[in-house]
Amino acid sequence: MTDVMVAVLVEHRGNEIAQPTLETLTLARSLGAPVAVWMGDQPPADQIERLGAYGAAEVRVVEVGDGARHAVTAAAAVGSATADASVVLMVSTFANKEIATRLALATGAGVVVDAAGAQMVNGRVETTQTVFAATWDVRTRVNADKAVVTLRPNTTQALPAETPAAPEVVSVIPLLPEVRESMVSVTPVEREDGVPLSEAPVVVSGGRGTGGDYTLVRELADVLGGAVGASRDATDEGWISHEHMVGQTGVTVTPALYVACGISGAVHHRGGMQASGTIVAVNIDPDAPIFEIADFGVVGDLNDVIPQAIAAIKAHRQG
Amino acid sequence: MRIVVTVKFVPDLQSQRSFTDGTVTRTAEDGTMNELDENAVEAALQLRESLPEGEGEVYAVTVGGADAVAAVRKALQLGVDHAVHVSDESIAGSDVFGTARVLAAAVHQIEKDGPVDLVITGMAALDGLTSMLPTALAAELDIAQLTLASSLTVADGTATIERHMADAHETVTAPLPALVSVTDEANKPRYPNFKLIMAARSKPVTTWSLSDIGVDPVQVGAMASRTTVIDASPRPPRQNRVTVTDKGDGGTQLAAFLVERGLA
Ligand SMILES: Cc1cc2nc3c(=O)[nH]c(=O)nc-3n(C[C@H](O)[C@H](O)[C@H](O)COP(=O)(O)OP(=O)(O)OC[C@H]3O[C@@H](n4cnc5c(N)ncnc54)[C@H](O)[C@@H]3O)c2cc1C
Ligand SMILES: Nc1ncnc2c1ncn2[C@@H]1O[C@H](COP(=O)(O)O)[C@@H](O)[C@H]1O
Repeated sequence: MTDVMVAVLVEHRGNEIAQPTLETLTLARSLGAPVAVWMGDQPPADQIERLGAYGAAEVRVVEVGDGARHAVTAAAAVGSATADASVVLMVSTFANKEIATRLALATGAGVVVDAAGAQMVNGRVETTQTVFAATWDVRTRVNADKAVVTLRPNTTQALPAETPAAPEVVSVIPLLPEVRESMVSVTPVEREDGVPLSEAPVVVSGGRGTGGDYTLVRELADVLGGAVGASRDATDEGWISHEHMVGQTGVTVTPALYVACGISGAVHHRGGMQASGTIVAVNIDPDAPIFEIADFGVVGDLNDVIPQAIAAIKAHRQG
Repeated sequence: MRIVVTVKFVPDLQSQRSFTDGTVTRTAEDGTMNELDENAVEAALQLRESLPEGEGEVYAVTVGGADAVAAVRKALQLGVDHAVHVSDESIAGSDVFGTARVLAAAVHQIEKDGPVDLVITGMAALDGLTSMLPTALAAELDIAQLTLASSLTVADGTATIERHMADAHETVTAPLPALVSVTDEANKPRYPNFKLIMAARSKPVTTWSLSDIGVDPVQVGAMASRTTVIDASPRPPRQNRVTVTDKGDGGTQLAAFLVERGLA
């Protein structure tokens, strides 16, 4: 089994490895022997050590500078660093889905995006996904000799390897194609502290029912150690920035706990959160469709229910 | 300027969606043009309308079985000039690369009557939600890819888009011809009006088989697919769901539930 080389594209913000990469490395170990691919400047020693702790025997560093924002360039760079790998795993993001597509097209690999898991069966990669707003489970077999798979955050539990590796750091010189697209401007999104929405173990979302005031939603998210999400109506109103939008055309989240406050539960919204572990809803309308999928629903005004819940959680903790 | 818009026939979001033999069940009764392709059609129509009369032409193209013609008919109702339906038994079971190959061949076929400047797609098809096709099609056509556009402008042979990625907002440009995928933020799709619906009835739909567009059937379809769905099953509904009505202690009950589940 260890002869199967599984390359994992590392997600990192600056020098900080993102949690889903550790999940992906954990999955990679169950498929074969992981090597990590780091796009960007040489990572610091502690991050290399971290990748080793999760089983990466090698860290391949490939520098492409700003070009990494172009799918064409990034796919070529990842391709240069993973030519000898049978499986290439990435975290599911819009950017990585494009890289995966180009990489698969160039290498003849089969590609599956948004997988919730993967297995080696008779030498072929088989993946699982949930589709149709998490109402169906699908298994897919990759027929090609090479597989490129993007994995949804929060679908595999990150566990360090039993025996940590001391990764060898290898520098890869990529063969880069000509790029037709040019970046005119890149304006970084001011991120709030804490984990990004897609990776958060808890998401508390507010919709039109908040009336635009996110104080309670934020407070509950803080208490539960979660990130703040929103419905499209809320982001359209400009109550909260677009990055917070959960749903089919926004961020797909699969946290252990999803709390929907003042959200009706339109099918577009459900498409982005229905695979969450536990779903809780607070809505004043007993007929709101969100209650059809909520493990625990409270029919009531969020302005009454949320503060009381926050107080009760705090009281329980002081216990 | 000649623009090709890709539109996909998908099961209606509000319908009971399912799988048959490893592919998404699509029937005329509950199938429709992918909602997100309305934004693609709208983007194309707005560009056409920004040009002097007669200088813009919009083609809608769909790849799919017999029922898929409904997708291009909808595009006609919205106001596109030409509709193309590529249908061939050999296409069934294609993966994204097979579909991209067929769409690329259709674009080349349209180019025989004059150059295509822009290909506009939706950001995702609401059945699989993979968002892979735009990238695959741009690669297949070997033209620039400007994906996930929340705005699009075209001037002097250059397309410029804005895209909101998780970490940054980007402005990207590329010379034409280019492929642009638009998000649902890009515009507000129009509704078909009565006049257009009536006019669409008499507009022809061009149907092409694989041989019409020079695609070798062995390159597409289930046999050429690099992935195969081997199992699809509905998930059981959530068990033991509870809904309480707040009578002054809703928050306390909510907290108790979270504590009991080990979530707070
Ligand atoms: C192509 C397309 C893509 C879309 N993509 C997305 C997407 O990705 N994500 C998304 O979210 N939406 C998306 N939408 C929009 C979606 O269809 C819904 O319109 C949207 O999700 C509704 O937002 P909402 O639940 O906040 O608002 P509403 O539907 O107006 O619901 C507000 C809810 O708040 C409740 N409420 C009001 N006051 C209170 C109170 N004081 N306390 C408690 N409850 C209260 C009401 O009972 C109501 O149920 C998309 C739409 C289209 C057409
Ligand atoms: N069979 C198809 N026929 C026409 N257009 C398609 C087809 N499949 C995908 N598309 C286009 O590609 C976009 C993205 O689809 P997808 O990559 O499948 O999520 C859709 O919004 C359509 O515009």
